[in-house]
Amino acid sequence: MKFSDFVSVEAIRPSIVADSKEGVIREMTQSLVDAEKIATSEMDSIVKAIMKREDLGSTGIGRGVAVPHTKHPSVSRLVGTVAISERGVDFESLDGEPVQLFFLLVSPPDRPGDHLRALENISRQLRDDAFCKTLKEAGGPQEVWRLLEDADAQSIAS
Amino acid sequence: MTTGRTENPIDETHSCEVIVTNEQGLHARPADLVAREAQRWESRIEFIGKSQRVDGKSILDLLTLAAEEGTHLVVEATGPDAREALDAIGNLFNKKFASNESSTITNTEKTQQERHVSGSSARINTATCESVAERNTNS
Repeated sequence: MKFSDFVSVEAIRPSIVADSKEGVIREMTQSLVDAEKIATSEMDSIVKAIMKREDLGSTGIGRGVAVPHTKHPSVSRLVGTVAISERGVDFESLDGEPVQLFFLLVSPPDRPGDHLRALENISRQLRDDAFCKTLKEAGGPQEVWRLLEDADAQSIAS
Repeated sequence: MTTGRTENPIDETHSCEVIVTNEQGLHARPADLVAREAQRWESRIEFIGKSQRVDGKSILDLLTLAAEEGTHLVVEATGPDAREALDAIGNLFNKKFASNESSTITNTEKTQQERHVSGSSARINTATCESVAERNTNS
């Protein structure tokens, strides 16, 4: 599953201001509301579900990356967005490092395969240090989107 | 990817097959549990999927397997504790990664649980995770 299959360009936030785990999750969920990918009335429920998942173990998977996510019955297809924090946020990551790159995913409960394939794509791309670095330095939503599209194109070619 | 450990020519390689049996597949939480378990052992541990071989100690690597329910994976361990490592990892798969995801056991309790399980692993795994030893002939 490619980035362009689940990332909403309108919801990309290349310079988030939040400095706490819940703040980041709330800001990213709000961006999906603003992009009309999730309903305003479901926002609190989704933030709560993502935080509950974090309680089981941080989705800060190392290398300055976190993948906060949840399944939620209010979405009919996988929706996601990308956020970048210039300063980094303490996300209780597995390696203890602050997180700069966030991929937030909300998936329908009956589509575990889509969720796995989105995680697969994110993980595969993020093993590339150069990709992480350029993404962290991206200036605006369009630049982030272009980097994601380039990564998509490369993964098809390879 | 390797763990950087220098291989000893007398190290044995063991392998076994595991099956992902939980409905959600090998998603972030189980991948985290498997990587943590793999990191406890000195042996190099690799997972072999349909088209790739990945480092079992890396959560990112494990997630690239996108292993759905029903996926068969080969786990290969090379090192002084290869057999024990495979037993412990086989156990995690057998108990569906202890995926009681609604419960909130503390880390200490969880560690004790894991220890308990790995202690009894040999018996459980002889039936489900046949490990095949081969002498590592690499010089």
